[in-house]
Amino acid sequence: MQGLNAILLAIPYTFLVTAGAFALGFVLAIPLVFARRTRITPIRVTAQFVIDLARGIPPIVWLLFIFFGLPAMHVLLDPLTAAIIGLGIVSSAYLAEIFRGGLLAVHRGQFEASAALGLGGWTTFTRIISPQALQSMLPGLTTYFIGLLKDSSIASVIGVTEMVYAATSYARISPDGIYMFFVAAAVYIAISVPLGLAARGMENRMNRAAA
Amino acid sequence: MTTTFQFWAENFPQMLAGLGVSVQLTLLSLLLGLPLGLLLALGVTAPPRPLRWLSIGLVETGRGAPALVILYVVYFGLPILHWTPEALVSAVIGLTFTTAAYTGEYIRGGLKAVSPGSIEAAHALAMPTTDVLRFIVIPQGMRVALPSLMGFAVQIFQATSLTYSITVSELTAQAYGISSMTFRSLEIFGLAGLMYAAITVPSSWLTSRVERRLSLRH
Repeated sequence: MQGLNAILLAIPYTFLVTAGAFALGFVLAIPLVFARRTRITPIRVTAQFVIDLARGIPPIVWLLFIFFGLPAMHVLLDPLTAAIIGLGIVSSAYLAEIFRGGLLAVHRGQFEASAALGLGGWTTFTRIISPQALQSMLPGLTTYFIGLLKDSSIASVIGVTEMVYAATSYARISPDGIYMFFVAAAVYIAISVPLGLAARGMENRMNRAAA
Repeated sequence: MTTTFQFWAENFPQMLAGLGVSVQLTLLSLLLGLPLGLLLALGVTAPPRPLRWLSIGLVETGRGAPALVILYVVYFGLPILHWTPEALVSAVIGLTFTTAAYTGEYIRGGLKAVSPGSIEAAHALAMPTTDVLRFIVIPQGMRVALPSLMGFAVQIFQATSLTYSITVSELTAQAYGISSMTFRSLEIFGLAGLMYAAITVPSSWLTSRVERRLSLRH
């Protein structure tokens, strides 16, 4: 019973890590995707390299690097901040790729029409392109959010007191600790399966609208 | 205090041994997980209801629960069933389950893309159902699923780093061990990251090239 309480109390931390990393990734992904689309080759190649590196290193290594490594450079972070930054870096790379796909899905004519109407770059982007791109990215963003929710479990290794941390601490002291992992798994599934169905529904509706 | 490069050189053999374990874990999980994934893909679309529900349940559990939780369940769970294998064995079991669930979903997507016409044609030629699967559906479906499966292979290679938390001595665990002995965490985790990237980045390039090629042909 005690273990169950600990897990339920840890759920907000799971959400905090997930939402924090998603928000940070979202903000970082915007300049990344512009750099990835620019005509200036050195910038474009660098952006691609940054994206590849951020995605190519396992999240757990990012977290250990930030939490245990950065203090050598006099950057001391608490586990929660370190986890949000680490997962945020990884997210920025994946989200930049999702954004890129979304922008590619906007018809070229939309850019041309905006230019023909004499709209500025900023207005074109915020009023014409973004709303259309965002709509086509919604399923991808939802799917990524689900993946991130599960990846937030990795924060337990640097001591963030989210669900898996609560389950492992309990499992180490109690013979029936294993059941707490089933509870944690059930919570993840209970959140991710409906979200996944929603993403699939959105996709089907969009395919039907396009057909 | 030695320079970073000397420090890296000193510890490189140990790190390389860790990378070897990571690669081994990846290959074992794919070798065992892919056939199971194919079975799950066929199970999810099979007519008998119990079989279908069992397959859907396994796929949704394997994809819905984080790989880390699955590893812990295997690691802490098997001893309750009076079997205490090495950590490496627990790791392979856990990652195989995750692999089977994800690849099951990708393969199902691939099989669904096989044109109904070619299946009907095979049936019209009086091919037995097992032959239709073996010669028509699976070869074509696997080709469609190939880019996602390659992408997943990169993901599962990264996921082997999770097994550090159940004491498997793969690359991340080696880095952690060295960092707690030398307190040079920044440098050793930096090296670990670069070693992972040295495998994942070229693999991702290869994946997108294969993807482009296959999509050109269709």
